[in-house]
Amino acid sequence: MQKVPFTTGYLTAHCGDDAYGTLDGYKAEGGYETARRVLKKGTPEDLIETLKASGLQGRGGASFIAGQKWSFMPGAEDDTGPRYLVCNADESEPGSFKDRLLLERAPHLLLEGILLAAFAIRAEKTFLYVRGEYGEAIRVLTRAIEEARAGKVLGPRALGSRFAHDVVLVRGAGAYICGEETGLLESLEGKKGQPRKKPPYPAENGVFGRPTTVNNVETLCHVPHIVEKGADWFRGIGTAESPGNTLFGVSGHVVRPGLYELPLGTPLDEIVFEHAGGVAGGRKLKAVIPGGLSMAVLPAGQVDVPMANEFLRERQTALGTGGIIVMDDTTCMVRVACIITHFFREESCGQCTQCREGTGWMNRIVSRIERGEGRFEDLALLKDVCAKMEGKTICAFADAAAWPVQGLLRHFPQDFQSHVTHGQCPYPGSFVLA
Amino acid sequence: MIGETLRARIDAEIARFPVKRGGLLGALHIVQEGQGCVSLAASKELAAIFDVFPVEVIELVRFYNFFHESPRGRHQVYVCTNLPCALRGANVLLKGLEQHLGVGVGETTADGRVHLGREECLGACANAPMIRVGGVYHEDLDLAGACAVLDALE
Ligand SMILES: Cc1cc2nc3c(=O)[nH]c(=O)nc-3n(C[C@H](O)[C@H](O)[C@H](O)COP(=O)(O)O)c2cc1C
Ligand code: SF4
Ligand code: FES
Repeated sequence: MQKVPFTTGYLTAHCGDDAYGTLDGYKAEGGYETARRVLKKGTPEDLIETLKASGLQGRGGASFIAGQKWSFMPGAEDDTGPRYLVCNADESEPGSFKDRLLLERAPHLLLEGILLAAFAIRAEKTFLYVRGEYGEAIRVLTRAIEEARAGKVLGPRALGSRFAHDVVLVRGAGAYICGEETGLLESLEGKKGQPRKKPPYPAENGVFGRPTTVNNVETLCHVPHIVEKGADWFRGIGTAESPGNTLFGVSGHVVRPGLYELPLGTPLDEIVFEHAGGVAGGRKLKAVIPGGLSMAVLPAGQVDVPMANEFLRERQTALGTGGIIVMDDTTCMVRVACIITHFFREESCGQCTQCREGTGWMNRIVSRIERGEGRFEDLALLKDVCAKMEGKTICAFADAAAWPVQGLLRHFPQDFQSHVTHGQCPYPGSFVLA
Repeated sequence: MIGETLRARIDAEIARFPVKRGGLLGALHIVQEGQGCVSLAASKELAAIFDVFPVEVIELVRFYNFFHESPRGRHQVYVCTNLPCALRGANVLLKGLEQHLGVGVGETTADGRVHLGREECLGACANAPMIRVGGVYHEDLDLAGACAVLDALE
């Protein structure tokens, strides 16, 4: 089990409780009653309207409105064959570990969310794609799905309704790009996880050539709560544009790294200094990455920002997956750049020239600056490479590789300049590279 | 050779998908679990089972980090060195483990007991640094704790 300190809200209220992971324990908390009611008496149209009214944004990183995505699926008139729901449990954005908690500690909440979403889009089957390294999550989910089949929660008459549904657990195999939704679909088809050109979008032509919706684990876990308590209740939490709670993962140089379930719009400094206990060892804050490794860094002076996209956008960054990485004043930002560019260089799927060459190029430039062999032109060159990668590729991976480097250059050019000028790192106490 | 037991598991895997090829990733997991790696010979056999060209299977083995073409030792130990772990000393831990085992990253001890590797973020950042031994995570480690985990492996 994942032992991580967390503060709870409606999503994770029972995650500390072992019984909640079993079918009986989940039912004891009222679990599956919402889905039972909707599957027997509700309609897909009403369900989609509720989700739209709630304003729930996807929690997989792109923050797309979930109800809207569901409404792109063909309606009842299309009877040409099956449609599918895909649950994206490939969580591999560095700094993110929220889906893991839900997978390991709330498997039936996820299955109830899956049933509701599948009913809304009229899917007969869900492919639940879990990252291959999540051994414990795979064990827990395998057992939960078996229990749900035996208990007739899943099957030809799910929860005693006339809706048939089954969940197929699929194990990933260690490729970050399979988290991108069309890379994931390719992987499900037994191919390399190389993202597809869009259009066609998955709602038109998804997995195995059929209409498909891809949703993140946390997104689906919100659904039973929204349907049970109503769109207005959900709208009452968070900000006007970004409603609801979310799971913020806090890691790095803080006193209490952990998962904090808080409303969207909670100020970043409150999360870092109050919930996570502030910078460890009594040191000063230098910078925070607010949403996983793909998002641009914020310097200490800019952390007084509400954690919702409409506010983060003004500071040229985004919520991403809510993975907050905190760095103290010993941290060398050139080394941070080395790790970031190394990651993207390793994980590029190689289809687009700008991405394949650009990620390698960035990593080579940053590495030579770190070794004290940088040139003054290198900073301009890095900016130029970033600009050539952004918005020009098949998927958003190349943007995700360029944004954090642009952020480091925007806020910490002096770290890079100092390496070039003095041929060495100005931070003797910084964390080390391999 | 992919024996009868593995073949039965592969057939069950195929049955879970509407299209045969959907079972290929699962089949690679099954073969690697059963044989310790996905050898060239196994890739060719899988290609015959799935009606695809051998190169298509070999490409998958090379695309996905999980799979390897030759055996890697009885226990595979991976140290996460992405940013949240690095900030909390993952690379110091990695160097310590290299010394403790007498091997470098990507190598296996002479007795074939432990393979040491590094990995990208494993979703345990709040408990950094951490290592993965097969399907089991060991979190919140210091060097002594990590050495103890390794020494306890058969
Ligand atoms: C490079 C890349 C990696 C991604 N990785 C993940 C991931 O690991 N998990 C996830 O849920 N979404 C990931 N996404 C986002 C998905 O493409 C997709 O938007 C999401 O799964 C949709 O679910 P949602 O609408 O419920 O958020 C990734 C996107 C990109 C571009
Ligand atoms: S942007 Fe990069 S990861 Fe995305 S499809 Fe192109 S090469 Fe692959
Ligand atoms: S960075 Fe090591 S587990 Fe996330």
